[in-house]
Amino acid sequence: MPFKIIASQCTSCSACEQECPNVAISEKGGTFFIDPKKCTECIGHFDEPQCVAVCPVDNTCVVDASLPRYQAPA
Amino acid sequence: MDASALDEASLAGSAVDIGETMQAIAEHKGCGTSGGSGKASCGSQAGRGELPTEIWEKVKNHPCYSEEAHHHYARMHVAVAPACNIQCNYCNRKYDCANESRPGVVSEKLTPEQAAKKVLAVASTIPQMTVLGIAGPGDPLANPKKTFKTFELVAKAAPDIKLCLSTNGLMLPDHVDTIARFKIDHVTITINMVDPEIGSKIYPWIFYNHKRYTGLEAAKILTDRQMQGLEMLTERGILSKINSVMIPGINDKHLVEVNKAVKSRGAFLHNIMPLISAPEHGTAFGLNGQRGPTAQELKALQDVCEGETNMMRHCRQCRADAVGLLGEDRSAEFTTEKIMAMDVNYDLEMRKAYQAKVEEERVAKVAAEQEELAELASAMSGVKLLVAVATKGAGLINEHFGHAKEFQVYELSTTGAKFVGHRRVDHYCRGGYGQEESLATIIRAINDCHAVFVAKIGGCPKNNLLKAGIEPVDQYAYEFIEKSAITWFKSYLEKVQRGEIQYVERAEAAIRQGALISAA
Repeated sequence: MPFKIIASQCTSCSACEQECPNVAISEKGGTFFIDPKKCTECIGHFDEPQCVAVCPVDNTCVVDASLPRYQAPA
Repeated sequence: MDASALDEASLAGSAVDIGETMQAIAEHKGCGTSGGSGKASCGSQAGRGELPTEIWEKVKNHPCYSEEAHHHYARMHVAVAPACNIQCNYCNRKYDCANESRPGVVSEKLTPEQAAKKVLAVASTIPQMTVLGIAGPGDPLANPKKTFKTFELVAKAAPDIKLCLSTNGLMLPDHVDTIARFKIDHVTITINMVDPEIGSKIYPWIFYNHKRYTGLEAAKILTDRQMQGLEMLTERGILSKINSVMIPGINDKHLVEVNKAVKSRGAFLHNIMPLISAPEHGTAFGLNGQRGPTAQELKALQDVCEGETNMMRHCRQCRADAVGLLGEDRSAEFTTEKIMAMDVNYDLEMRKAYQAKVEEERVAKVAAEQEELAELASAMSGVKLLVAVATKGAGLINEHFGHAKEFQVYELSTTGAKFVGHRRVDHYCRGGYGQEESLATIIRAINDCHAVFVAKIGGCPKNNLLKAGIEPVDQYAYEFIEKSAITWFKSYLEKVQRGEIQYVERAEAAIRQGALISAA
């Protein structure tokens, strides 16, 4: 389950973009967007998902439950 | 990893030995003793001759670092730094209103290239614009690439413009050397506490070393990094201004401690600002009903701290994309769309010539004040009172009462006229509708003043002011503020001595909070 950004709550501050270890976040239509193919939930990089930790609006970077969970390579 | 990083951060605050350098800067504060007003301050009153030459050269045309300069010189902020690494209970950056003036608010973000173009466009249109600051809307040092790229481009294209930045200090120690390399000689740090217990009531969290910290731990890291960063600036001779937000019941009394802590680490100037917490801004403090201080509470705290260090009292808590003199905002003239269409011709000689004229004006203003002061020195009186002034800048009484967006407040005593603050108001003249209410708001804002100096005023507001016990004074239209205020004060004292009028103390005044209502 990669993370997604709830666009209606995004302040476009770009804080998440520079913290993402996978360069999965980019600006799209004025707010930010996580590429689900690149998101690894920060597993193997950090103890907590960086976008969630830095986002100024609570519950804006959330798990995208509609997608399968990220599998770390064996 | 996180634990060791924390230890390192905790240790760092005390590890730096700054002994001699700091002592040297602290001694520069000799500006507190000279001049007529007894306890002048570099930030509010010190002028030429009261500061060491190298420091005067740095501050003389920086409107934020020199109260005197702020009447004459303009600054601009470019909003290239949207990301932030801490959360403050007084900040909510989602809200944007074109009429709103407070930190953290911008109308559009800029790339470093757009920002550099904007700086040149503004510098060509407003030749007295001498300072470029990066103040957000997030934290400049949480966006180091964009921030330093902007400085690099501007330094190349407009080398006469002073560079400065304003930070929460969390990442400051990592960037001090870069700051020094870019010749940024003014850095502002927002420091609201030196006690993590108090900090935990102001900062719900910080993001540091890839981790979100909360509570006491967050506040401890933040304060340690801020103190370390301040010491490192002092070591390198970079002037620092400390901004503190006064939050009644949370850090109001504690700010005296903060003042001592930053003074001992070589801070040049301390700026205590009132909390802005209107509920419609959607900040945590706004929503939980935390009030801001009254004008009296703010001034009392500034007065207490002034014994210790230089206080800034002319801060307008401006937007992260503000343009113009401190009391005005011309950002709407310089939107990205308008800048891109502008044909910019950066003429350094024209700017120098204009600024030379400004300097002549300043000298004349100071000379006029000195002359009046010499006579006042013989008057004996313990009376101290406040007066409000409607001004558009240049140190003149040159604004119509009804057009004033703010009033500057001067404290008058036998030692002279001292700038002690300003009060934002809505325009009184709005084409008739709602004038009564608007006038009442103005009276509340300057209710602690004995008189208001204006270039012109209508009959109706004049009567209402008199009823409220505030004397409208229009006989000094287009004259120098300090000189006129002292002349008026002399005649006031004479009238009191002759028993014609009685000196009465004025009541409390309110600090206005909400968005400005556009003039019709």
